[in-house]
Amino acid sequence: MGWFIRTFYSSIGKKLIMALTGLFLCSFLSVHLMGNFQLFKNDGGAAFNHYSEFMSTNPLIRILEIGMVIGFALHIFDGIRLWLLNRSARPVGYAKNDAAANSTFFSRTMIYSGGIVFVFLAVHLKSFFVEHRVLGSELTMYQSVVQAFHDPVYSLFYVAALVLLGFHLNHGFQSAFQTLGMNHKKYTPLIKFLGLMFSILIPLGYATMPLYFLLTK
Amino acid sequence: MNLTLHIWRQKDARTKGKFVIYKVENVHEEMSFLEMLDILNEQLIAKNEDPVAFDHDCREGICGCCSLYINGRAHGPKRGITVCQLHMRHFKDGDSIWIEPWRARPFPVLKDLIVDRAPLDRIMQAGGYISARIGSAQDANTILIDHDTAESSMDAAACIGCGACVASCKNASAMLFVAAKVSHLGQLPQGKLEREKRVLAMIAQMDKEGFGGCTNTKACEAECPKEIKITHIARLNREFLRASVV
Repeated sequence: MGWFIRTFYSSIGKKLIMALTGLFLCSFLSVHLMGNFQLFKNDGGAAFNHYSEFMSTNPLIRILEIGMVIGFALHIFDGIRLWLLNRSARPVGYAKNDAAANSTFFSRTMIYSGGIVFVFLAVHLKSFFVEHRVLGSELTMYQSVVQAFHDPVYSLFYVAALVLLGFHLNHGFQSAFQTLGMNHKKYTPLIKFLGLMFSILIPLGYATMPLYFLLTK
Repeated sequence: MNLTLHIWRQKDARTKGKFVIYKVENVHEEMSFLEMLDILNEQLIAKNEDPVAFDHDCREGICGCCSLYINGRAHGPKRGITVCQLHMRHFKDGDSIWIEPWRARPFPVLKDLIVDRAPLDRIMQAGGYISARIGSAQDANTILIDHDTAESSMDAAACIGCGACVASCKNASAMLFVAAKVSHLGQLPQGKLEREKRVLAMIAQMDKEGFGGCTNTKACEAECPKEIKITHIARLNREFLRASVV
């Protein structure tokens, strides 16, 4: 166990946790998005309700859910810990610092984009997870979605948070591979392209939902 | 040209520093940035004032001493050079120039623009060497190294230990420095023998010195005067993972 703790306590080990959990959460984003697309099936929400019922009762999914919670917790906890550690490495800052000349805006603002996505996550869980799984709402999941996105403030908050998620993924996706030691002229351009696409298409896919219900229902 | 300089002045490590404004006149565009500072210091000495302390040695871009943060960039506005290779033709008459020391917790300011970079030496002492006896000098080409490996190792060996990576990184991380050393030694047959021990010892020392972690912003790569790439950091990560897990 000693080597395990030593490895993940070191600065590279902490990065490895960020990269591994980050990529795991990317897989969650993909699956969640694909499932949610059933909202667009023109059947009054039957398919979506059936799917949400399956997701909240299937034992295998429930076990995976625990893994997902651990993934989120590690990513958030480790991210904040690294941020504090990295901040403390420069107690006196520069009077003049031209960071834009050597790095991207997205790469420097991960804690902020991640922080806003975290606030979004809390609101999102409150609206759907807590209402249904904890408080036992009388509405179907589909009715909850329609009701929630009917509120323009709520919908636009979703869209804004998704833009920030895009910022986070823009740096995070390709950065995870670098941390895992994968950087080669053969495949790194492909990873960067996939990362860019992922950071645009995933938030865009999610944003269609609040916008669709806001504008049509 | 005439310039206004905002220079960080600090008596010693314990005293609080501040920016002091100086005017320098008749600066030639052929001068290097350090020569411009020499002129300022001559003026200060003539007026019986304390000259500005700054690190410099070779003045040909290979020693890594001239650690100045100029107008918000490590080694100034140009890529791939140290301050001694930065010429005044890149500035124009009437410019205001901000000159600060490297800022990082492990690099305390000793005086004015000079910082203590001993932490980098201690990282080297922890594992940046080859202790296996390889005997006396032997015939050339008895130890075979393929061309690509030799080139990659040599790219990493270009590191002069100036600390621009630490200075420009938003986390004050020394990862590019350590990566360069691990990549330089670990790829060669002589250095491969101790690759696991080396990477673990150097990373442990790096963490102990209080440098931040890498968040892959690539600021180091952009500001490195020897243009060392973060592919070496990826190799460092692989080496670390290999030594820890495999």
